[in-house]
Amino acid sequence: MFRRACPSRHLIQVTVDAETVNVEAGDTVAAALLALGKDACRTTPVTGSPRGPYCMMGVCFDCLVRIDGKANQQGCMVLVKPGMRIELQHGANALVDVLSAGRVRGTSPGNC
Amino acid sequence: MTDDAFDFAIVGGGLVGLAIAYGLVRGNQRVVILDEGDNALRASRGNFGLVWVQGKGQGLPAYSSWTQLSARLWPEFAQMLRDDTGVDVALEQKGGFQICLSEAEMRVRVDAVRQLMIQPGFETYEIRTLDRHQLQGYYPGIGPGVVGGSYSALDGHLNPLKLFWALHLATQERGAAYRPNAPVTRITRDASRFVLACKESKAVLAQRVVLAAGLDNARLAPMLDMDLPVRPQRGQILVLERLRRFMDRPIVNLRQTDEGTVLIGDSQEEAGLDDRTSTTIAATLADRAVRTFPVLANARVVRTWGALRVMSPDGFPIYDRSRTQPGAFGATCHSGVTLAAAHALALAPRVIAGDLGDMLAPFAPARFQSARRSMEYV
Ligand SMILES: Cc1cc2nc3c(=O)[nH]c(=O)nc-3n(C[C@H](O)[C@H](O)[C@H](O)COP(=O)(O)OP(=O)(O)OC[C@H]3O[C@@H](n4cnc5c(N)ncnc54)[C@H](O)[C@@H]3O)c2cc1C
Ligand code: FES
Repeated sequence: MFRRACPSRHLIQVTVDAETVNVEAGDTVAAALLALGKDACRTTPVTGSPRGPYCMMGVCFDCLVRIDGKANQQGCMVLVKPGMRIELQHGANALVDVLSAGRVRGTSPGNC
Repeated sequence: MTDDAFDFAIVGGGLVGLAIAYGLVRGNQRVVILDEGDNALRASRGNFGLVWVQGKGQGLPAYSSWTQLSARLWPEFAQMLRDDTGVDVALEQKGGFQICLSEAEMRVRVDAVRQLMIQPGFETYEIRTLDRHQLQGYYPGIGPGVVGGSYSALDGHLNPLKLFWALHLATQERGAAYRPNAPVTRITRDASRFVLACKESKAVLAQRVVLAAGLDNARLAPMLDMDLPVRPQRGQILVLERLRRFMDRPIVNLRQTDEGTVLIGDSQEEAGLDDRTSTTIAATLADRAVRTFPVLANARVVRTWGALRVMSPDGFPIYDRSRTQPGAFGATCHSGVTLAAAHALALAPRVIAGDLGDMLAPFAPARFQSARRSMEYV
């Protein structure tokens, strides 16, 4: 649906749902997903309806994705980085996912 | 219908006023609800949503009985609201816990439960004391610092915003008139009717009046020769991201809503009419929650809010009937979610009857008078 106004200049590699893709350095995660044609980045926890980035400025919270194992991050507020792991979200996060996010970040749950 | 045809004017459209109004319209009364606007201080939209029994009534056993009655009425009340409005308030009464994070807390808890139960006239029910191992059976993820806790099968929770919404819909569905942005400034009496002067709108006439104006009850009550000496007490709540259901039953300061959101609460501060939040309280709330479930350290806080409880001097509800102004009633409590069912189905019929009856007599404000008199000399 979205098309870049200017051609990409500096591509970097990230993964989206474990698939390696090229995205433009300097893009936010939300912008990168839109450019890849992934308009819906999550489904809601209650009704399961699809949602995608809307305001692109940190207000609407519709752009939530999992980034490097940590769920519910606003994709429009985070810049892509080489090697970043981006995952689309399906429904609510389970507590075990929260637990594994702790391991990924090298913190043990309980040290906050 | 003209304005002077109202049987009842309810001052205040919070949970207390709306629950009573609902009971009145079900009793075929013609009711008008006078309320403030959207930015009013309103405990009813900032509360924690517990339908809670355990531990209540130390010093006033009748309060436990009244609370237990409401908890028993809740399933029927929730069903009525669903039938009238289609709104499911997500009531769950599968029991609830209080958690102790040290041996000292555990001793205090056990002692408090014992003191509560041995009061003369206390309507007993079971509050079970659980050790750490027993708690793990309910919540495998509890932290190493959890020593034990207590459990009552009577406790539960619901979605308080859905309750608030359902009561708005149900009262109006059954014919109550709702007037927002109509704060009552003064109440007088003209022959047989009450005259409620409202800011920026026409005065309202009613045969009878119920004060349910939350914190403003303290100012309005003396106009009708009643006494509702309430003060604000702030509570703050932390809201975590929605998680897949991991808590089957609520803990008094930590619960997961029907939609998956985790709420952390139970702070109590004397902060006047200030309903803001503070990081010190947020940190304390978060610390307790994380010591209860260490894994929550990695969950995200998405929102915090503060709200003002409507607190009486002894923490118990006040139900008053004016002796010199027949037809004037007042109601206030700090557990308006828990007591909503009793307010609609037990208090409202008494109000229609014009006499609060024996069961509600212990809640009359006369209990404050001796205390007040001695304070005047301090
Ligand atoms: C943080 C927190 C957590 C809580 N948790 C729980 C819980 O888990 N379980 C539970 O049972 N209870 C809980 N409570 C308590 C519960 O929310 C209150 O008991 C209940 O909401 C009180 O309702 P109310 O209608 O008396 O007061 P309010 O909700 O404050 O409503 C008063 C209403 O009167 C209106 N009003 C005021 N002055 C006037 C006037 N002059 N004219 C017209 N209208 C006026 C206001 O605009 C408002 O609509 C909690 C409260 C807080 C603050
Ligand atoms: S798109 Fe609105 S907050 Fe990210």
